[in-house]
This record gives sequence, C-alpha cells and structure tokens, in this order.
Amino acid sequence: MSDSIDSGTDTVIDFSQMPDEKGHFGIYGGVFAAETLMQPINELRDAYQQIKNDPEFQAEFDRDLAHYVGRPSPLYHAERWSKMLGGAQIYLKREDLNHTGAHKINNTIGQALLARRMGKTRIIAETGAGQHGVASATVAARFGMECVVYMGAEDVVRQAPNVYRMKLLGATVVPVESGSKTLKDALNEAMRDWVTNVDDTFYIIGTVAGPHPYPEMVRDFQTIIGREARQQILQQAGRLPDAIVACVGGGSNAIGLFHPFLEDKDVAIYGVEGGGDGIDTPRHAAPLCAGKPGVLHGNRTYLMEDNDGQIIETHCISAGLDYPGVGPEHAWLKDIGRVKYDSITDAEALEAFHSLTRIEGIIPALESSHAVAYATKLAKTMDKDQIIIVNLSGRGDKDINTIADIEGIKL
Amino acid sequence: MSRLAATFESLKAQNKTALIPYIMCGDPDLGTTVKLMHALVDSGVNMIELGVPFSDPMADGPVIQAAAERVLVNHVSLADVISVVAKFRETDTQTPVILMGYLNPVEVMGYDVFAGKASAAGVDAALTVDMPPEEGEAYTRLLKAKGIDPIYLLAPTSDEARIASIASVAGGFVYYVSLKGVTGAATLDIDSVGSKLTQIRQQISLPVGVGFGISDAQTAAKISKVADAVVVGSAIVKRMAELGHEPEKMIQSVIELTSSMRKAMDQA
Repeated sequence: MSDSIDSGTDTVIDFSQMPDEKGHFGIYGGVFAAETLMQPINELRDAYQQIKNDPEFQAEFDRDLAHYVGRPSPLYHAERWSKMLGGAQIYLKREDLNHTGAHKINNTIGQALLARRMGKTRIIAETGAGQHGVASATVAARFGMECVVYMGAEDVVRQAPNVYRMKLLGATVVPVESGSKTLKDALNEAMRDWVTNVDDTFYIIGTVAGPHPYPEMVRDFQTIIGREARQQILQQAGRLPDAIVACVGGGSNAIGLFHPFLEDKDVAIYGVEGGGDGIDTPRHAAPLCAGKPGVLHGNRTYLMEDNDGQIIETHCISAGLDYPGVGPEHAWLKDIGRVKYDSITDAEALEAFHSLTRIEGIIPALESSHAVAYATKLAKTMDKDQIIIVNLSGRGDKDINTIADIEGIKL
Repeated sequence: MSRLAATFESLKAQNKTALIPYIMCGDPDLGTTVKLMHALVDSGVNMIELGVPFSDPMADGPVIQAAAERVLVNHVSLADVISVVAKFRETDTQTPVILMGYLNPVEVMGYDVFAGKASAAGVDAALTVDMPPEEGEAYTRLLKAKGIDPIYLLAPTSDEARIASIASVAGGFVYYVSLKGVTGAATLDIDSVGSKLTQIRQQISLPVGVGFGISDAQTAAKISKVADAVVVGSAIVKRMAELGHEPEKMIQSVIELTSSMRKAMDQA
C-alpha cells in the first residue's frame, strides 16, 4: 500500500502555503461565483486574512474549544477491537465526544467568532445530516444571533430528531423542496439567502467546499483534530502512526485530521468516500473515486456529473456523505498522490457500525462508520506493532432511527 | 460590426431601448423554443437570451430553477441549445442571441469546443453566471477569438474596483442586476438603479442592460429611461410554466407580455 502513497511526493511541497492567494489548490478551488456574491465573498476573505494570524482571535478560539467544546478530545487505543482484527493497533480520535457530538462544532465556533467580529447579526447554514445545522444553531444561541438553517426536504424527514434539536436551540429550519431535496439543494438555497441579505448575514458553510476562503478557513478551524492527534500519539506510542483514516463527504473532518500529517512522508493517508451500493453502480457518493473534475458551489473539484455537466443525485446511507462534490484540497491531494481515496459501501459501513458498538461500546455516526470499516480492512493487512489512527468524527445516536428502519425494527 | 453592436447602434439612432426576453431553452420542447424565438422577434424584442439549463442554478430564483428542472427531465444539453440557435438562424440572421447559463456544462464540453460550436451556430454572446473575471481569463480570450461577446453581470454590491476589472474584460454589453437577490425577486428601486448606472457608465462605455425584478410593462418602461436594455426573465418563464402543456397558447401569452412591454417602453 505504501507505494501508491510515495509516488507523488518526490518534489517538496509546502502544504502550509496552500491554497494560493486566489484560493487555488493546483487547478482546483478558486472562486466561481456570480457577481452578486463577489462582494460578500471578498469581504469574508479579507476579514479571515485579518484574524488568521491575530493572537487575540486565536486565544479566544482556543478558549472556546477548551471550555465550550471540551477539547482536547481523547485519542483512544481500541485494544479489544485491534486484538480481534489481529493486525495493526487502532486508535480512535474521539470527535464524537465534542459538545453536540461531532467535529462540526470546531468550525462553527470559529466562524461564529468571525461573524461577531464582522458585526453580522444573522447566521445562515446548510445541513445534510443535521449535525452542522445543530452546531450552527448551538453557536448562534450562545452568541445571541438569529439562525436560519436550510435543509433538503428529504433530509428533514430522514433526520427528524436533529430538526427538533435545531428548533429547540431557537433556529428556523427551512425545508428545501427544489432539485434532489438534499444537501446540495440546501447549499443552493443558503447561497440565495446570502445574496439577498448580504448586509447583516454571515453564511457558515459546514465543510471545506464552496468558494475561497471557505475551504482554507474551515480547514484551519478543523486542523485542531490532527494537531492534537499528532501530539497524543507521540505521547502514547512514542511515534507517529503508520496510517490515518477518515471519511470524506465534503471532507472537513478528513482534512482536519490529515493536514498536520501531510509532510510526514511515512504516514499513509486514506480518505474514505460513501460507496453506497458500490462505485460500479450508479448509486453512490464517491466523486473522488468515480467522478470527474468540474465546477459547482463556487469551486472547481471532482463532481458526480453526467455527460452534459449536470450534477447527478448521489446515494449514501449516511446523509453527511451524500454530496456530489468534495473539498478542492482533497481533489488536489488525490491528483498529487499524497492521499489515497477509496470507498466503503452502505453494507460495509453498517457492519462496522455494529462491530464497533458491540466490541468497544462506542456507537459511531454512520459517516464515521465508513472510516471504521476501511480501517478494519486495512488493519488486517498490517503488523501488530503498526498504528492506525481513525477519525471517529461523530457519534451515532442521530442514526439509530435510520438503522432501526433498515433492519425492520420498530422503535 | 457584430450583430449585437449593430443592434444597439440602430436602437440608439432611433432613441429606443433594447428589450431582451429570457427563455429557458427546451421549455416545453426544442421545436417550440425555435417558434417562440421567432414570435418574440415579431412582437418587438431586439435580442434573445436563451437559458442553458443547469441542475444547480444558484443565482436564480424558484421560477427559473423550476424551468431548468422541467427541461432537464428531457435531458436538454448545451449541444441541444446550440442546435436550437442554428435552427433559429436558418430564417433569422439579424437578431442577436445570448446564451445564459452556468459554467459546468461548458467545462465538460471544453471552452474551445464550446466557443467554436456556438460561433458556428450563430451565437453572439455568452453570459456564464458563475465565471467571474478572476477565473475567466482563458475562457474570455477563447470566446472573443470566435467573435462571441462575454457578458458580465454587475451587482448593487459591485464596487469601483470590480466595475473597473469587469470593464477590462466585458464585451457586448454589461448586465446590471437591479437588486440584491436572485432572479424573479420582487421589488425594484428605480432611483437607486439610475444612480448606480451613472456610476457604472463612468467606467464602462459598453451599453448597460438591467434585469432581475422587472415583471411588468410599467416597470420595463421606467427602467428603459435609464438603461440601454431591459431584460425580462422570470415574468416570462412563469407564463411558460403555466401554459407549457399548450405551446400555442403559451407563445401567445408570452408575446402579449413582451408586446405590452415594447409598447410601454416606446411611449416612455
């Protein structure tokens, strides 16, 4: 497996210098937006550049991560599970233990602090599974801001408990009836809101996609995951891991874990997309594995599209991976060969969900179950003294209705 | 001189403002689109903006998005849109046609292939909503090389610097989005449009069209006093949605609207 990782990294790349000032990661990323959006995008870019290296802002962010989110999240050695697999030692980065139950809050705290600095009083967000919507509604409640969350009408039905959580937190949830009624349509609708209400509104994008500076900014807010994991594994095992694994929808939890390890050439990196019924079928959500480069939602990246350039509907058991695009940095990391992207089917993810729950007493989110499933396969090919870190990006409580449905159990 | 420049010149000589309807290509079918284009010309429009459907039209409101969804059921492609223009050109060699759509279908076809095919079919200009000048250097160059004018939007939020950067790349005319919002939004403040146009004209010598939010003859007439072109989209597409099952009636309904706008604009 290591040969596929080494191939693209002969030339020295300074990963910390990406993207360029226009938001490009190689040919990917950039700002592909209507003129109506350029002013708010540029305003955001300038505001982010200002706070990016501002020690006061960073201190404020770190304080919230520690005392509100509950960081650092543990790095847990899943000994029983590792032993049963009989291969590499698996460590779980426990983002599921964050406040609100997923990594999403790292980013919404960062963006809400920025929104407050910019004097914005209204927050909008898009959400698929509802985790980012909940994380946005949470920070809006805390900062006393109005919050409107756009959510595909299909997802509103699929994720009813999260819809109710958002409402409890004081947010307005708007079901989006256009297109495929899922995450991509929620994103379209949020963009429309932003164009219409640019003066007082801050749009919190939940993943490392969208026009520059979102992919860079969201990544920066999420790299706390990888920085902690790097330090924790050095403390616990005395060395860096041999491999790290994360699921990729838009790719924010993955880039958060990966980024601080990109320059460690001996660490193999694996991104796991939603394979749905399998990437040889039309029903999946794996643009990096089976898509083509194109332009959507403000950036150039790999997309699920037909021969006419229309975006096609995706399918994945987990709503959080059910997206036809992917963050542009992942597209670039794929092309240069630094990260290997693969996919896990619905069935494999479900099996991993049950295994981890029963063996370690940890109920993983269906999204994270894709990473868990991949690590299961990977560990078996490795030695007992090797180490894999898996990003357990969220907890699975939100998914119990979905799983009960699939298995024909009435709750 | 291009068809587009010639049209603006002749209108100026007559002291008239251009009326530009937007229709979604293939709504309800490609044959009807060609008929509708001719009928629109007969009703007094000066150019036609032909919508290229896209699955995720972020800058458009619900009316245009619904139209895109309707035609995508029939898999209307960018190549189909270009073929409709070629068909229209068989009997109309005068009226400029502007394609309006999003970048991804063009990315898939390839910029140079698109420019070549569109030009050969008789397309005069292309408005690619999500291709700003910052990313569009090569694209704009390829379009211009084939005699296709790149049309750019300007928004109420476009500042002096952006107006200047668009002035340096735009061709044909610039399209001022008259309100903060998406296509088909409700209200329009004529005075603020007028003062923004003054600002734009200080930096751009091309004609300035105004669109987004113009839905009736009265508003069209008011805008025609300050703009070089009035663009009407959602109000037309709404009529098309209602009568798509009866194409002949649909065409009648659309040209009733454009005729009334033409009349009101000429009397303004």
